[in-house]
Amino acid sequence: MSLVKTQSIAEIKARNKELIDEVLLIYPEKTAKRRAKHLNVHEAGKSDCGVKSNLKSIPGVMTIRGCAYAGSKGVVWGPVKDMIHISHGPVGCGQYSWASRRSYYIGTTGVDTFVTMQFTSDFQENDIVFGGDKKLSKVMDEIEVLFPLNRGITVQSECPIGLIGDDIEAVSKAKSKQYEGKTIVPVRCEGFRGVSQSLGHHIANDAIRDWILDKVPADVAPKFEPSPYDVAIIGDYNIGGDAWSSRILLEEMGLRVIAQWSGDGTLAEMEATPKAKLNVLHCYRSMNYISRHMEEKYGIPWVEYNFFGPSKIAESLRKIASFFDDKIKEGAERVIAQYQPLMDAVIAKYRPRLEGKTVMLFVGGLRPRHVIGAYEDLGMEVVGTGYEFGHNDDYQRTAQHDVKDGTLIYDDVTGYEFEKFVETMQPDLVGSGIKEKYVFQKMGVPFRQMHSWDYSGPYHGYDGFAIFARDMDMAINAPVWKMAKVPWKLEPAPVLMAAE
Amino acid sequence: MAALRQIAFYGKGGIGKSTTSQNTLAALAEIGHRIMIVGCDPKADSTRLILHSKAQDTILSLAAAAGSVEDLELEEVLKVGYRDIKCVESGGPEPGVGCAGRGVITSINFLEENGAYEDLDYVSYDVLGDVVCGGFAMPIRENKAQEIYIVMSGEMMAMYAANNISKGILKYANSGGVRLGGLICNERQTDKELELAEAMAKKLGTQLIYFIPRDNIVQHAELRRMTVLEYAPDSMQAQHYRTLAHKIHDNVGKGIIPTPITMDELEDMLMEHGIMEAVDESVIGKSAAELAIA
Repeated sequence: MSLVKTQSIAEIKARNKELIDEVLLIYPEKTAKRRAKHLNVHEAGKSDCGVKSNLKSIPGVMTIRGCAYAGSKGVVWGPVKDMIHISHGPVGCGQYSWASRRSYYIGTTGVDTFVTMQFTSDFQENDIVFGGDKKLSKVMDEIEVLFPLNRGITVQSECPIGLIGDDIEAVSKAKSKQYEGKTIVPVRCEGFRGVSQSLGHHIANDAIRDWILDKVPADVAPKFEPSPYDVAIIGDYNIGGDAWSSRILLEEMGLRVIAQWSGDGTLAEMEATPKAKLNVLHCYRSMNYISRHMEEKYGIPWVEYNFFGPSKIAESLRKIASFFDDKIKEGAERVIAQYQPLMDAVIAKYRPRLEGKTVMLFVGGLRPRHVIGAYEDLGMEVVGTGYEFGHNDDYQRTAQHDVKDGTLIYDDVTGYEFEKFVETMQPDLVGSGIKEKYVFQKMGVPFRQMHSWDYSGPYHGYDGFAIFARDMDMAINAPVWKMAKVPWKLEPAPVLMAAE
Repeated sequence: MAALRQIAFYGKGGIGKSTTSQNTLAALAEIGHRIMIVGCDPKADSTRLILHSKAQDTILSLAAAAGSVEDLELEEVLKVGYRDIKCVESGGPEPGVGCAGRGVITSINFLEENGAYEDLDYVSYDVLGDVVCGGFAMPIRENKAQEIYIVMSGEMMAMYAANNISKGILKYANSGGVRLGGLICNERQTDKELELAEAMAKKLGTQLIYFIPRDNIVQHAELRRMTVLEYAPDSMQAQHYRTLAHKIHDNVGKGIIPTPITMDELEDMLMEHGIMEAVDESVIGKSAAELAIA
């Protein structure tokens, strides 16, 4: 057990600042100056975490970030299950994003749903030289013949499309006309655009606005009977079933979920969303754009919520209910009360095993703050966190609601920095992605993948929390860590953590 | 056998690159050199005078028809014309689509991989007007053309293009071995043309390797899809091309790293020779009507 709780907050802050200075030493002067702006120690009461974000990564460091194509195809569009998403360009991008981010869905794959399949125009040299528009048309024709139950097509642009100036909009329009108004969405998410996958989310949101929502006439009656309790789940990608364990809570409190964006989602659901009474937004970073648009254009309010861990779930259910009448408010209280015994049992079982354990996180654009509450419900503490592609508004939310005084903050952390931080702070658990997993496990540090839930999940909702608690216990208290003798644990040095 | 010499002809569009290069290469072939012409222009008109054909099937169009460039054989793309000059055309997409620059790279790689450069004395690249992107700079990169000959005239835009091409050569001169062989002035009968061409060459730090006088016989030969060397071997014009060919042959290893000049310097040069009036800054951006009032 590496944790030594003897330092004051001032001492912890001083130690963390020293640690930042230490990692910056390795860089050339100019790089150190730039990286210094992305590393800080959180000061309670400040409106943000004191770091710069959403800036270009530095060549030569190992950044954990992805690209705009990853943000559009991998995150926003990929899970829309009844549409076919063409990875337009050379085969690699589609190949390496094949099978989605574990966005679960219901359907018969290859017949009426297509999430785990890979469609690509497989560019060859000729397509670069002569342009890929003809091939794209042909791919669409083949899709129509081979997969007649698809409801629409999206074109996810890989880098070369932007370089050679292919007119994917013209192809999409022509094919849409040929197939009687079929929804075909060209997405300009070339990987070289922007500094991370974040711009890809924005581009994908804009494509939904321009090619789906704007195509639905405002005065047309919805294809369903509206109710005063219609809500849409926005920004839940149903990783390991997250959206399902969230949806049931909304339904149990009396709301009707008319759409899931985009985990297990459909084109029809997206088209129906302008008729929702409230958009409930989980991943703010990737879908705030479309939520704001729907607020402006259709007057639909939106509310951010957090379904990680019982404390945040209860807070969120009440916040969502506040937009509705007493029936829903009572419904929220009923749901919270109903799950309380289950939550008590989970905490009774796992908290004693996890109490006081420290965690360092590095995830994408939401979880670096959203999962903190769930760890705290188990008596654990997050002592360091950072975003791959968060913006300043994410760091503001983090500072104001989630992190504690003295927490180490690292934006777009480099491979070197992350290793150094973990080596020195020796947390009991690191939560990050697949690229980081084995580095830390080889350092003898327990690890959980916090993008894919390490092939487990769901982690959202009350049911998800039970699984989350079990998984964290499994990672930290696995007997294997006691069998490995690592040199730096022979003489345990005092390790600092963020204090209460 | 002497080492393979690779040269390239660059210049503003329409300046007469293809005509000049084919006539000059025909003259080189006449004295026994084994030659290959690589056309690097999507218009694919770099070899028509040698082959007597309208336009040769290009590497890229054949590759597109066959499926991919890997499906092609060298014999399918390499045609033999006047005095056994080997001809290939890179080709490219129709205007407005795809990436012609990548096409040049694809074609040259194909030729190298398939042994097209064996048993030759000269390879000559005929490249489209401006070095607009990396693809069209392919022939001046490392291990390609050692000397570049810029075809120009006394017109301002031709000299402007020559200067731009020199910038491209300068960029690659330090990393690779490319050098500027010289300027070839293709007479347009503009004012003080020879004087200007020489001044331009001096500015760029190179030589005016030859001044080709204008002669309608070139036109007559072109209409028959022939070089002057073949159409009228005893003409004066054929003799001019022979002289140019000798000069190029003797110019081996004498190329230089060019010293391109700024737009201002270029304009100053034109003014110096009385081609351009000094610009009155007060009239810039004024229409004829506005000037009349003033």
